[in-house]
This record gives sequence, structure tokens and C-alpha cells, in this order.
Amino acid sequence: MLPRVAIQTADFDLSREVAALREGDAGVGAVASFIGTVRDRSDGSGVSEMELEHYPGMTERSIEAMIDAAMARFEIRAARVVHRVGRLLPGEQIVLVAVSSAHRGQAFQACEFLMDYLKTQAPFWKKETTPEGARWVDARVADDAALQRWGLAACNAPGSA
Amino acid sequence: MKIQLRFFASLREALGSQQELELPDGSTVAALRDGLRERGGRYAELLAPQRAVRCAVNQAMAAETTVIHDGAEVAFFPPVTGG
Repeated sequence: MLPRVAIQTADFDLSREVAALREGDAGVGAVASFIGTVRDRSDGSGVSEMELEHYPGMTERSIEAMIDAAMARFEIRAARVVHRVGRLLPGEQIVLVAVSSAHRGQAFQACEFLMDYLKTQAPFWKKETTPEGARWVDARVADDAALQRWGLAACNAPGSA
Repeated sequence: MKIQLRFFASLREALGSQQELELPDGSTVAALRDGLRERGGRYAELLAPQRAVRCAVNQAMAAETTVIHDGAEVAFFPPVTGG
């Protein structure tokens, strides 16, 4: 069985990841997945490249804890999170969340829950290169609000309630 | 007591990635941040109270009131922006 969390510089392949997630489990009736990609624009500027930094050890640990929380909250059978770090170009894949369950509702919900959790609680930082120079991306209050919808406390972004 | 202090992202660029530090027993995250600010310069600027800075103790998110123990790994970093 694959580990539940992978932090890697290499790209990932959705079909392989989903095949591995489903393998050997005939009770799976639904798989939901989300892929985040690098946009070529951000806050009105063109983005030519992005650098992703993480906190080795804590990042893996925090995502493992999120998957535990998702398994406890939803009727899901397995989950896999892949997050890339290092230098990425517009159009490249950044993150994959994939969840399997017996029925679609729980898979959809758990997938969104994991993404909302990851956005505000996993230690990653994005730095984007624009024509005006390189800049660290600001955290968004909207991402905290997304996690709060699940009844969880989130106060990552400055000024977030 | 001795701790390992770590910085990430914009704080790492300005303050370096890692250093060892001697702290009074029973120090909290808030006390450590205050102490670092007293070094002045970039420390005072980047760890100013109005700056959004997050902290982890032993690789778990921590609050200002979290007590730090001997041998701990304490990290300061800006709000996270993964995904």
C-alpha cells in the first residue's frame, strides 16, 4: 500500500494515483479527486515561476493528522495527498487530494475538507516570480472561512476572525 | 535550557534558517518572540506584534501561551500558503 502522504519535487500522475488508491478494495464505489495547478496570473501580475517551500517533518505530520480527521469524520475508505515542492512553472500540477469511499457524497465532502484543511494548516509557502520581482504569496482570509464552514477553528491569514 | 530555533519562508530569508538558543525554563512562545524582538534590526521589524507570524513547537502549531520545554524545536513562519 502507498503511504498516505507524499511531499516531492517530481510530478504525479492522476490515473496511477487513483489506481493505487483503489487497488485491492472492491468496496470502493466512488473516488473524488482534486488537483491544484500553478496559474500564470496572480493579483494582476503575470507569474513566470513559483517556488514552494515546506517544513520537512511537520508538513507530513500535519497532513497525516488531517487524513486521520477526515477518516474519523467521513465514511471514506482511503485517502492520498501528494504535494509538490521546489520550482514550478505555470500550468504544472501542485497538489493532489484523492479519496475513495462506498458512495460519492462522502468522497466529495472528504476531498473538499482535506483541501480546506491543507490550505490553512499545512506548512507550505509559495513565492512567485512576477515582472515586478519575486514576492511571497499572502494568505487569504477566504481560505480560513472555508475551513470554518466545517466547524473547525482557523486563524491563519492576518485579520481572519 | 537549550532550544533549536527555526525560521521559514520570508523569515528564513531575513533571519537565517536555524540557530541554537539558551532560554529561561518555563518560557512561553510569547516570551521567546519578545526576547528575539529585543535583538533589534530585522528581528524587531519582522517579529513586531502587528506582524502575522505563526509558531510551531516540536512541529505542531502552537499558541502564544504554549510553554517551551528543554530541547524543543521552535519555528516561526508567516501564514501558510500551500495547496
